[in-house]
Amino acid sequence: MNLNTSILQYIEDVKSGTFTTEEFVTETLQRIKDVDEKVHAYLSLNDSAINDAKLIDKKIASGEKVGQCYGFPISIKDNICITGTKTTCASKILENFVAPYTATVVNRLQDEDAVITGKTNLDEFAMGLTTEFSAFGATKNPWNLDYVPGGSSGGSAASVAANECLASLGSDTGGSVRNPASFCSVVGLKPTYGLISRYGLISYANSIEQIGPMTKTVKDSAFLLNVIAGQDANDDTTIDNKNSNYLENIENGIEGKKIGIIKEMTTSDGLSSEVSNSTKEAIHDFESLGASCDEVSLPTIPYTVAAYYTITSTEAGSNLARYDNIRYGYEMESEGYEYNSYISKSRTKFGPEVTRRIILGGFVPSAGHAGKYFLKALKVKSKLISEINSSFKKFDYLIAPTAPVQPFKSGEKIDDPVTLMLLDYNTVTANLTGKPAISIPYRVSNGLPIGMQIMANTLEEKSLFQAAYALETKTKLPEVPL
Amino acid sequence: MTKIGLEIHCQLTKLESKLFCSCKANYREFEPNHNICPVCMGLPGSLPRLNQKAVESATSIAMALNCTTPEKIAFFRKNYFYPDLPKNFQITQLNVYGDMSVGGEGYVDVEGKKIKIRRIQLEEDPGRLIYEGASERTKITLVDYNRAGTPLVEIVTDPDFENPRQVRVFLNILSDLLENLGVAEPGLEGAMRADGNVSIEGGNKVEIKNIGSFHDLEKALHFELTRQQSLSERDIEIAMETRHWDDRRKITISSRSKEEDQDYRYFLENDIPWVKINQETRNVLKEKMPESIGSKRERYVEKYDIAPQVADILSSDKYYSKLFENAHDESNAKDIANLITTDLLGFIDTKEKQQNSKITSQHLSDLVDAMNSKAITRNSAKVALQEIIKSGKNTKDVLQEMDLGQVSDSSEIDMIISQIFEEEKQAVIDAKERPETVNFLVGKVMQKTKGKADPVKTLELIKSKLDQ
Repeated sequence: MNLNTSILQYIEDVKSGTFTTEEFVTETLQRIKDVDEKVHAYLSLNDSAINDAKLIDKKIASGEKVGQCYGFPISIKDNICITGTKTTCASKILENFVAPYTATVVNRLQDEDAVITGKTNLDEFAMGLTTEFSAFGATKNPWNLDYVPGGSSGGSAASVAANECLASLGSDTGGSVRNPASFCSVVGLKPTYGLISRYGLISYANSIEQIGPMTKTVKDSAFLLNVIAGQDANDDTTIDNKNSNYLENIENGIEGKKIGIIKEMTTSDGLSSEVSNSTKEAIHDFESLGASCDEVSLPTIPYTVAAYYTITSTEAGSNLARYDNIRYGYEMESEGYEYNSYISKSRTKFGPEVTRRIILGGFVPSAGHAGKYFLKALKVKSKLISEINSSFKKFDYLIAPTAPVQPFKSGEKIDDPVTLMLLDYNTVTANLTGKPAISIPYRVSNGLPIGMQIMANTLEEKSLFQAAYALETKTKLPEVPL
Repeated sequence: MTKIGLEIHCQLTKLESKLFCSCKANYREFEPNHNICPVCMGLPGSLPRLNQKAVESATSIAMALNCTTPEKIAFFRKNYFYPDLPKNFQITQLNVYGDMSVGGEGYVDVEGKKIKIRRIQLEEDPGRLIYEGASERTKITLVDYNRAGTPLVEIVTDPDFENPRQVRVFLNILSDLLENLGVAEPGLEGAMRADGNVSIEGGNKVEIKNIGSFHDLEKALHFELTRQQSLSERDIEIAMETRHWDDRRKITISSRSKEEDQDYRYFLENDIPWVKINQETRNVLKEKMPESIGSKRERYVEKYDIAPQVADILSSDKYYSKLFENAHDESNAKDIANLITTDLLGFIDTKEKQQNSKITSQHLSDLVDAMNSKAITRNSAKVALQEIIKSGKNTKDVLQEMDLGQVSDSSEIDMIISQIFEEEKQAVIDAKERPETVNFLVGKVMQKTKGKADPVKTLELIKSKLDQ
């Protein structure tokens, strides 16, 4: 049985009886057993996965109505809640947190008969770009186990790339879906803010983050978005997408479309020559598909990483305040302490990156400093929004490489937080502006992947998939050597 | 000059659910920590869902207090660590970047003086801390989150009050107004709380917190004014500070300065999109708003010729004004108003009694009709009222069962008068000499008939018998 298959192919095979859901899920679990010791994509596994698969097979056999997922195996980032299972955020403070409710996205998947394989590794509370900041050990890149898989949804990306599932749900606050998608050669979508319910996603920076599908193909990404997108009564920020079918007309092509090549992201100092060359080839591919490409400048981009970390730290400081070691954690005995002095001593369970951002988040919005940092960051955000909106008056898409560099070796940059932050340079714009962006596998150079990013205007996911699919047809990539 | 300002917190107890989830707004009937859910407990991954009805209620309050109401409102996070806050931040409102809270500037008329309202905001109530343990060593703090997330309206006034008495009058007006709007029950324990700030001529502003009731507020303000005046007389500077009201010792105590320096790091709550309150919504709210107490009072005086002090009582209490409105017609309004304020008010003088009373508007109009047609006396009506409040039986049956029909048959009354004249010889002599003492004899007849004798006829008959 070939586990390196797409969701759409899987569904056809199950429907035609090539294999059963149970057979495929069993084989997937075996694969996890075989490779995950090396990859460490998963933090926990769903014990009832095979039972879930059997139930779906029963439905199929008896002619009962089957959900559109037909039991394909999917992994879920461990900052998304599922009733009765641990949701740890890869943090010691939530090590034993069992959610009493299920995230809307998981509910929708289960309603459509997807089988959850397990929960995947991440940088603690989704803060990081390498998945090395997990409190439960780093995830490795399936393309080369000495290298990082990107982050923070590194476990999700690696699980898809290593054929330990057919797809995964990650979350993207500043590139956390797209960056590991690029590093692991999978498709990663950060949709328009509000398109997917965040109910059940443990907040890091709630004003800009979204859950996003991570898949092997662009069509699978569109298929998954069909299942999980749309308004949710449990999340006031969700938008009505009028039941859009994102697969419809996905092969329409991009002839006559206008593409803007973002100058600041394709000429920055940090760009490696491999990534730069690939970008040139991608531009050539787009032109050969009938689109016209022109350079476009968004002069605010050099300030976006600073603004991004200011805003996200502020929100993180607030969102993580509830983890006070009284209701979560329990490392030290609270008795005998006055509340405030206890709080200041007790929050030692957080790892270095989370601690860094909480401290930053206490500072940048504080009285006397807000004007210099937090409020200025909000100004950068609104300036960026007006720049990108005027760009979308001229262009259908904006493109840039997803990450300025290829994956690097584990441990290489963990002590250099500022360099790590700059890895977000090409991805944070989509989060700060709320626009949809997708990373698709484009090249494998020296055995390591390079992803290409396409951005579109608000709620233009359908059009975004058309461009991504068109570029995907131009690529021919090797199989993962694992 | 003495300046007092207030910060009033009022729970919107008439709402079905909490501000951001579907737990009950009326948390009082639950065992501790039984009116909670992932949202009001701030569990990881939960998100607030704004109760639109709470926005409407708060906007109604703003309009009733003559406040400006913005086109759209936003919510903010107030960040601080405290065990009664499940998320360690409170979702509230702020007006730093323009008007974003449910109400802007407004005013309330207090005895001809305009007390200015600075702003009104909608926010979530924290949980409740309960302190137990007899000694310092055994002291424990219990947390009950049933209240966490209850919709709360904060009303902030300018320092326009000149003395604690004005504050009391204002709070009475405000409670009546909130009750009349049908959004709150100020009588419920803890449903309405107030903090004060006080300064005297040449002194700094002092905030007083932790005041449990309106009664204590007045006491706290008195204490604080006296404290400040005595400092000032001795030329000691009055420090700008926050003081806590010590409920047991009935004094204010300086809080540690650390709390004043608290930096709340306010920023927008992005989980709740901006709420638009357009003109149409405001018009609908205005239409649905009950008549204001002031306009009711004016109507009662002008249309029905009801005495101003009677109109005051009727209009300011929702229970009585409802009984009145449904009982009266043009002709008997004044009589019904009098029956309520002179008799009923004495029997039903607490909220609890209001709730338990079985009297209806129909009873009142039946009783007044019976009095006006001379079927019963005013005294009998009073007796009947007590029975009706208890049993709720219809008026006719009560009058019959208690034998309250008026005695207006001359011969029957005459017989009783003869008896009295026999028993009260000295009084008869007195009455002949000093006619103003005749009422004593009338009273005796009433006593004997249990108040059923027609008082006008009785007086007539006694007078003629005295002249004989």
